[in-house]
Amino acid sequence: MDGHYLEKGGKMAHIPLKQKQISRVKNLARKISSQVQGFISIHSSISVERTILRLYGVDGVDNSGVPLSNRVVNSLLERRGLNNGISRFFSAAMLVSGRDAQETAQSIERREISFDDIAGISQEDVDKKEKELAKRALAVLDGSRKRKKKKLERYPLPSQPWRYLIVATGNIYEDVTQATSAVHSGADIIAQIRSTAQSLLDYIPYGPTTDGFGGTFATQANFRIMRETLDKISEEEGRYIQMVNYASGLCMAEITACATFEDLDILLNDCMYGILFRDINMKRTFIDQYFSRLICSRAKIIINTGEDNYLTTSDAIENAYTVTASQLINEAMAKDSLLSEDLLGLGHAFEIDPHVENAFLYELAHAQLSRQLFPKSPIKYMPPTKYKSTDIFYSHCLDTLFNLASVTTGQEIHLSGILTEAIHNPFLHDRYLALGNINYVFNVARDLGREIEFKKDGFIARRAQKVLDETEVFLKDIEGEGLMEAIAKGRFANIKRPLKGGKGLDGVFEKGPEYTNPVMDLIVREGRTGEDGL
Amino acid sequence: MKQELIKPYGDTLNDGAVQLSFTLPIENSARARKAAELYASKLNLENVSVVHAGKISDNFTFFVVYASAVPTIDYESVETGEVEVRVMDFYEINNTIEKKLNRLISVVGATIGNDAHTVGIDAIMNMKGYNQDYGLERYPQIKTCNMGAQVSCESLIERALQMKADAILISRTVTQRETHIRNLTELVELLKAQDLRDRFLLVAGGPGITNDLATGLGYDAGFGRGTRPSQVASFLVTKILEKEGKT
Repeated sequence: MDGHYLEKGGKMAHIPLKQKQISRVKNLARKISSQVQGFISIHSSISVERTILRLYGVDGVDNSGVPLSNRVVNSLLERRGLNNGISRFFSAAMLVSGRDAQETAQSIERREISFDDIAGISQEDVDKKEKELAKRALAVLDGSRKRKKKKLERYPLPSQPWRYLIVATGNIYEDVTQATSAVHSGADIIAQIRSTAQSLLDYIPYGPTTDGFGGTFATQANFRIMRETLDKISEEEGRYIQMVNYASGLCMAEITACATFEDLDILLNDCMYGILFRDINMKRTFIDQYFSRLICSRAKIIINTGEDNYLTTSDAIENAYTVTASQLINEAMAKDSLLSEDLLGLGHAFEIDPHVENAFLYELAHAQLSRQLFPKSPIKYMPPTKYKSTDIFYSHCLDTLFNLASVTTGQEIHLSGILTEAIHNPFLHDRYLALGNINYVFNVARDLGREIEFKKDGFIARRAQKVLDETEVFLKDIEGEGLMEAIAKGRFANIKRPLKGGKGLDGVFEKGPEYTNPVMDLIVREGRTGEDGL
Repeated sequence: MKQELIKPYGDTLNDGAVQLSFTLPIENSARARKAAELYASKLNLENVSVVHAGKISDNFTFFVVYASAVPTIDYESVETGEVEVRVMDFYEINNTIEKKLNRLISVVGATIGNDAHTVGIDAIMNMKGYNQDYGLERYPQIKTCNMGAQVSCESLIERALQMKADAILISRTVTQRETHIRNLTELVELLKAQDLRDRFLLVAGGPGITNDLATGLGYDAGFGRGTRPSQVASFLVTKILEKEGKT
C-alpha cells in the first residue's frame, strides 16, 4: 500500500505534465479547502456529538429502536441546548452516576439521572474525565489500526488493481453467501451496498438486518458479521480481503466510528457527494466529513471519493475537468483531516459514450491523468454504467476495455463492471463472469503499462493536458467565489444547492464558548498514528 | 384464419436453437453436468448440450447450455401492450404544440416513495436526455419541473396544482418486494380522493414498468426500459390534443 506506482516493477508510461502546473492546481485546491476549514472549525453537528458518545462507549437502542446516542444528545438538546457540546455534560453525568458510559446513557434514557443534576460537579473533575474518555476513544481507533496491521502481516494484500465487488441483497446473511462466492472467484474487496435512502436517516439502525431495499442496512452488527466472514475467507485464501461500507449522508462520522469498532478497511466518503446527489445540507456535510475523516486517519481507513457520479449525470468528455477538480479538492480536504496520501482512494470512471470515435483514447488520457496527479494514492476506478446495454454480451465487451484501461494505467481499486449492470443487482454468476473477464485481462496485460510510451504530442497527451488546463481555470473560479458559493450556483454537476437548503441543516450549530470535542482535539494534537507510530 | 408459426432460429429455419445459462447450487462434477442436462430437458428442450460447466465457489456451478426449443408460436395472434402513439421528433413535437395547442405544456416529474434513484426521471427530463434524444427540459414548448427523488405524493400533487401541470411523470427504479406497486397505487388513490385524477395525464416509467402494469394501476401509460424522451413527449402531446379536442 505504501509503494509508489512508478516504482512497482519498473517505470510506467507517463504523459509529460508540467510539475509547476501540478503545484499550481494543488495550491488552488488547498486554498479552496482552507476557506471551508475556517467555517468547519467553529461549527459542530448533532451527528458529530453522537459520534463522540459512540467513541466514549455508548451503544444500543431503546425499546422503540432509537439509538441511545440519539436519545442522550436529544435529551441535552431539549434541556440545555447543544452549543457547548455533549462531551462536558456527559462526562459530568458519568461522574454523577459513577458508572461507565453505557450505564450512564441508560440511566439518562430511563430518566434516572438528568443533565439538570450535574451542577455539583467541579470543572476540574469534568476536565479529567473528558481526558480519560478521549484517551479511551483513541485507544479504540488505535486498536483497530493495530488489529488490521497484524492481519496484514499474516495475509498479504493481493497485487493491484484490487478487484472490488459489490453485494447488495438487502439481507446480511445472503450478502455473506454472495461475498464468499465472489472471493472464491477472485474478489479482493467486498463492498456492501446500503439500503436505499439510508443516507437520509438521521440515526444508525441497530442489529443484524434482513430487510433492506436495493442494499443492506449499514449497522454495526452487520459490519461484524461480514468482517468475520471475510476474516475466515482471508485465512482460507491466504490473502487479505478488504471490506467497504459507506460513510456518507446524515451519519457520516457515526458510521465511521462503527466501522472502526469492526475493523473496516475502506469507507466511501466524499466531501461533496451528499450535497450534490442526496441534497444534504452543505454545512452539515462539510462538518461531518471533517470529523469522519479525522477518525479514518487515526484508524487507518482508506476513503473512497465519488467523482464517478459527475459523469453519470453530465457528459464525460465535456465535464472531465470537474472530476479532476473534485479529486484535488477532496485531496486537499482530506489532508486537512490528517489523512495520508496512501489512504486517499480518489475516484473517477470509465463513462464516455462508446459511440464517440477514439473514446478509449479519451479514457486512457483521463485515467492516466488521475494516476499521475496522485501518484501515491490508491485511485479508485469505476466501470461503465451509463452506456451499459441490456445486451449483456455487448456490456461484457465494454467491461473488457475498462479492465484493459485500468491495468494499463496502474489503477489500484478496480470496481468490477458487471455485464448485467443495466438489468439487475448482480446474480451469483454475473460476478463470476465479470471476474473471469478481469482475471483474463489483468493477467495477459499485466505489464503493458510498463512497456508502452505515450506519444509526446499525441492525442492522449494533448487530451490530458487539456483537462488539466480546464481544471486550473475552473479551480481559479472556485477559489475566487468560494466553494460553498460555487456549489450554490450549480458549478458542480449542474446541480444548485443553496447554503441553507437540503436535509440536516437543523442539526448544525455554532460552537459555544465552553464547547469541547476532546476526541477531535486529541487526534489533531497527536496526529495520525499517536505516540507509538505504528 | 391466417397463421404464422415461428420458433427460435440458429442457422436453419425452425431449428429452435436457444442458448441459456444458469447456476445450480451444487459442486461441479460429471453428476452436476448431468443434472443440468436433465433440468434443461424438464424445460421441454431437446438436443440438450451442456457446453460449459464452471465452478463459481464451493457448491455453486455455472452452466452454459445449447438446446432446441420445441413449441412454436403463432405470430399473428401476438398483440403488444406497449404504448402506441406515432413517435414524433423534437422539432415536430414543439411545432405541434405551438401550432395546434397554442400554449406551453406543463409537466412535473419525480421519483416517489423511498426510491432514491433519479436515473429514470433524469433520462426523460434532463436537458441532456438519453441516447442522443433531448430531455423534456430542452423543449421550448414544454415547461418542466423535475422534483428529483424521494418525493412524497402529497408534495408532488401540490406542485402539479401550483404549476397547472398537464401531466405528472413518475419514475420508479427499485422494485424489490413490490414497493413500486404500493407507491404507484398510493398516488392514484390520493388523486382520486381529492377528485383530481382526471385533471392530469398520469405516466409511470422505470425498468420494471410496463404499459399493462401501469394502466392496470390506473395510469394513462407506462414506459419501460430504454424509453426515449421523445416517445414520452409524443404521447403527452397526442393525448393532450385528444383531451382538448384539438387533433
